[in-house]
Amino acid sequence: MKFKTILGTFALGAMLATPVIADEDPAIEARQGQFKLFSHNFAVVGGMAQGRMEYDAEMAQTAADNLYHLTRVDQGRLWPEGTDTESVEGTRALPSIWEDLDDFVAKFVALQEAAENLQAVAGEGLDEMRAGVGQVGQTCQACHEANRAESS
Amino acid sequence: MLGAAAWVVTAPRPMDAAALDALEGDVKRGETIFLAAGCGSCHKAPGSQPDPLVLTGGREFASDFGTFLAPNISSDPDHGIGAWSQAEFINAVMRGISPDGAHYYPAFPYTSYIRAEAQDFADLYAFMQTLPADDTASEPHRIGFPFNIRRAVGLWKALYLREDWVITGDLSTEQERGRYLAESLSHCAECHTPRNLLGALDQDRWHLGAPNPSGTGRIPAIAGESFTWTEFDVSAYLETGMTPDFDVVGGTMAPVVRNLQQLEKSDLDAIAAYVMRASQ
Repeated sequence: MKFKTILGTFALGAMLATPVIADEDPAIEARQGQFKLFSHNFAVVGGMAQGRMEYDAEMAQTAADNLYHLTRVDQGRLWPEGTDTESVEGTRALPSIWEDLDDFVAKFVALQEAAENLQAVAGEGLDEMRAGVGQVGQTCQACHEANRAESS
Repeated sequence: MLGAAAWVVTAPRPMDAAALDALEGDVKRGETIFLAAGCGSCHKAPGSQPDPLVLTGGREFASDFGTFLAPNISSDPDHGIGAWSQAEFINAVMRGISPDGAHYYPAFPYTSYIRAEAQDFADLYAFMQTLPADDTASEPHRIGFPFNIRRAVGLWKALYLREDWVITGDLSTEQERGRYLAESLSHCAECHTPRNLLGALDQDRWHLGAPNPSGTGRIPAIAGESFTWTEFDVSAYLETGMTPDFDVVGGTMAPVVRNLQQLEKSDLDAIAAYVMRASQ
């Protein structure tokens, strides 16, 4: 049911998209801020997974908790139609997101599930955490591959 | 006279077929070559998540010269390469010459594969025989005049097709291994190096980044002042897909990472060592 609920909020967001001047749409900056928060926390567990820093169960758990909660933020107002690379400057969000919203939602749900799993294993030891980090990374990658333009 | 000279210059120059056919391919090694060379990234079916082991072709690659369509290179004998001899396969991959003696366009990176050992492609040939057949017909490239004159590619080859390494001088054993992977099989420069007006890589701007030919944005520089990654960063990125800022790989680099992360870590370290050396 989780899937359907999120799909509902996305579709609603699309309908409510107001005709503000597109490149000033605050949703773009807001969602980019959200991704910065993702990576700021992913850096802790990712850094431990890559061997950049020592594994610390408590730090890993805190970062994983944050990722769990961050990925639960309702996305309904972050993705209004007309905020893709074809319509405005300052975004890397490809039109493919809106062309197949179901697929985009499915990819976001996959991220939520991977973040939930990471939260469960992050404090259990380096190997367990590393597997959880890998799974989260796969979900990021799947969507970035399909829906994000190269940076300019 | 001039016409005759042009005909000679533009003629395909294949390697000796008997010598190539005599090589013994190894399926297991061929799988590694398949990953390092990234065949599936371009020859898999179009769409969002096709199986990269089913080499249906059909993906489109826009360029300044028109749109190239990756052909079917599955093991199907009629629509793929199932009926090709080993020598025909290696001449296609390392010299850009089709079994009927026509030139391939350098959208196909034989321009890089030419630097590899033929043995690697005998191994690849053995591995690709084991992949599924698919009977989707290859579609023609959408290339306008004058670029649709295939024979002219022979002139392009005479000008630009080179077997020698780009980065030369003192290299450690690890850097040499990395160069072997990066400059031949993994063909990094084909996207990360800008091209001249005729579409040849500009070796004076090696790895300095280039416009994305098939979409918006740029393929980033992996050399020069703007490139601030360490050797550790490069190897860790190829292994995990995570940048030093913990962004996660996307776009056309995503399948590259998915392939390369299956190689030995020592090979990723070698590519990283080479990238840093090439950036000096």
